[in-house]
Amino acid sequence: MGRASLTGVHVASLSLTDYRSYAGVDLMLEPGPTAFVGPNGQGKTNLVEALGYLATHSSHRVATDAPLVRHGAQRAVIRSVVVKDDRRALIELEINPGRANRARVNRSPVPRPRDALGLLRTVLFAPEDLALVKGDPSERRRFVDELLVARAPRLAGVRADYDRVLKQRNALLRTIAASGGGRRRGARRQDEEAGFAAAGAGDVLATLEIWDAHLVRHGAELTAARLELVDALRPMAAKAYATLAPSSGLADLDYRCSADEGKLSTDIPQLGITREDIAERLRAALAEVRRTELARGVTLIGPHRDDLQLRLGELPARGYASHGESWSFALALRLAAYDLLRSDGGDPVLILDDVFAELDDQRRRRLTEIVAPAEQVLITAAVAGDVPPELAGARFDVTEGTVTRVR
Amino acid sequence: MYEGVVQNLIDELGLLPGVGPKSAQRIAFHVLAADPADVKRLAHALLEVKEKVRFCRICGNVAAEDECRICRDPRRDPQVICVVEESKDVVAIEKTREFRGRYHVLGGAISPIDGIGPDDLKIRELMARLADGQVTELILATDPNLEGEATATYLARLVKPMGLKVTRLASGLPVGGDLEYADEVTLGRAFEGRRLLDV
Ligand SMILES: Nc1ncnc2c1ncn2[C@@H]1O[C@H](COP(=O)(O)OP(=O)(O)OP(=O)(O)O)[C@@H](O)[C@H]1O
Ligand SMILES: [Mg+2]
Ligand SMILES: [Zn+2]
Repeated sequence: MGRASLTGVHVASLSLTDYRSYAGVDLMLEPGPTAFVGPNGQGKTNLVEALGYLATHSSHRVATDAPLVRHGAQRAVIRSVVVKDDRRALIELEINPGRANRARVNRSPVPRPRDALGLLRTVLFAPEDLALVKGDPSERRRFVDELLVARAPRLAGVRADYDRVLKQRNALLRTIAASGGGRRRGARRQDEEAGFAAAGAGDVLATLEIWDAHLVRHGAELTAARLELVDALRPMAAKAYATLAPSSGLADLDYRCSADEGKLSTDIPQLGITREDIAERLRAALAEVRRTELARGVTLIGPHRDDLQLRLGELPARGYASHGESWSFALALRLAAYDLLRSDGGDPVLILDDVFAELDDQRRRRLTEIVAPAEQVLITAAVAGDVPPELAGARFDVTEGTVTRVR
Repeated sequence: MYEGVVQNLIDELGLLPGVGPKSAQRIAFHVLAADPADVKRLAHALLEVKEKVRFCRICGNVAAEDECRICRDPRRDPQVICVVEESKDVVAIEKTREFRGRYHVLGGAISPIDGIGPDDLKIRELMARLADGQVTELILATDPNLEGEATATYLARLVKPMGLKVTRLASGLPVGGDLEYADEVTLGRAFEGRRLLDV
């Protein structure tokens, strides 16, 4: 199968220090397919997980960073030379669990780690992807947000700002709830009416209004970006699903906003909804749940409570789809992400962690056809026989934490 | 819960800003393991700063006497007050030589995560200074981050009925950071280009 001209990104080297099982490892990599083969628990996934982390600043396996640092070490370092259009960039990321990470690009420190995002773009397929379909909304929000940031690294800042506002607002609501927020209804109402004039509890509500405004501003920006993304992703996901499972129903996506009981769906971008419209809805929804929030001490409205609903035909995939259908949908989402990234800026690096072993012949063939022309594909497999012959390329054997090039 | 004196120390440390129960415990055990001479030096430094350094009774800036150097200087314009979070911000702004008015040091910014609300800042003192109507412009120079913005908005709304000119430093400062990290030229420009804050 001929490879398209090299318009994308590829990783030319990967070095790890105290990352997972590796005290130190250095690999030279090249475009095309590369397989990492070895028995279970030898460190194959650890290698590709590190590349995924470098691209997204989070792991596809764990929510916290502590397990990424080798047992007994203080910090882990991932180093990689990334080549795009003949330009090479050395990206270095130091993982400091519980503290801020640090990043350097071409040996110059960047002000914030997120300033190093966007140089390397990956799409990672893994058994954990099943959670995209079967898991909590948080899994799907993470999928959407990671894709957002891969397309426009600036949005990492919007996300960080939103998370910060959310933390502040939740802390304030907790304080109010703990001081009797919901229960002392009468007293609370008086404070509310007194507004700025009142001292003490009135102050608290006055500051709440300020956090509301920040939540609405950043929340509307994040929501608008997500809506636009889902709108672009929708036909790509439907197409990918139809390719993988031609005999199954039509796959569709729908972005559900907590602000509007789900009424704010993906149809809306076509209707010309603006960020200001979304802000208006967020404000109205916040006003509606004000009392409950004060009683419960937590923010109930905003993109952190939204969901990306997946549907097969008329039915939601979650709770209804069969195991095989769920798998196909998860793969279709990743393939759609790959399509989308390709459509606006060159091939991302594809990472296939242990996926072929999980697939039947038909889906294995389809997936192989789609990924084979990519600029670089990194594959992990327990046995060499799990790697489709069309993807035969470079090969590393991984045993007991040593990685040896064998082909 | 630990034995009396250890728990005491943890409780006291836990009262410090930005120190949660976990950090308090870590610091306490660090102190337990430390060299006695080091601990004495720390205790001495704590007491000494309390004995020798004072805060200006007008603006809250660190001062060697009752009132700080700036508040005592008759050449400083009493009609303009620049509100900052910390004394170190006064130092940063003074370096720009752009500002000839006086300061008000809040002692932080609104941050519910750290348990800091308006009542924990020197806002009442600021309102008292504004009461006589002599001040015509209030410059809000809190940090260009979320908490600084929130504090500025709060103050702007609070003083709105007084009808004075309320301004905020121009954007262009490194967003998300501390005021003190901005270089003199950038900070000076932000001062010159300050804009009216409308809330
Ligand atoms: N922080 C850590 N410190 C030391 N060792 C670790 C750390 N995290 C994981 N490991 C070790 O790494 C190994 C797992 O590596 P990895 O997940 O890469 O295996 P794998 O080769 O992909 O296996 P499989 O084929 O089962 O997927 C485990 O043996 C685990 O104990
Ligand atoms: Mg694995
Ligand atoms: Zn003073």
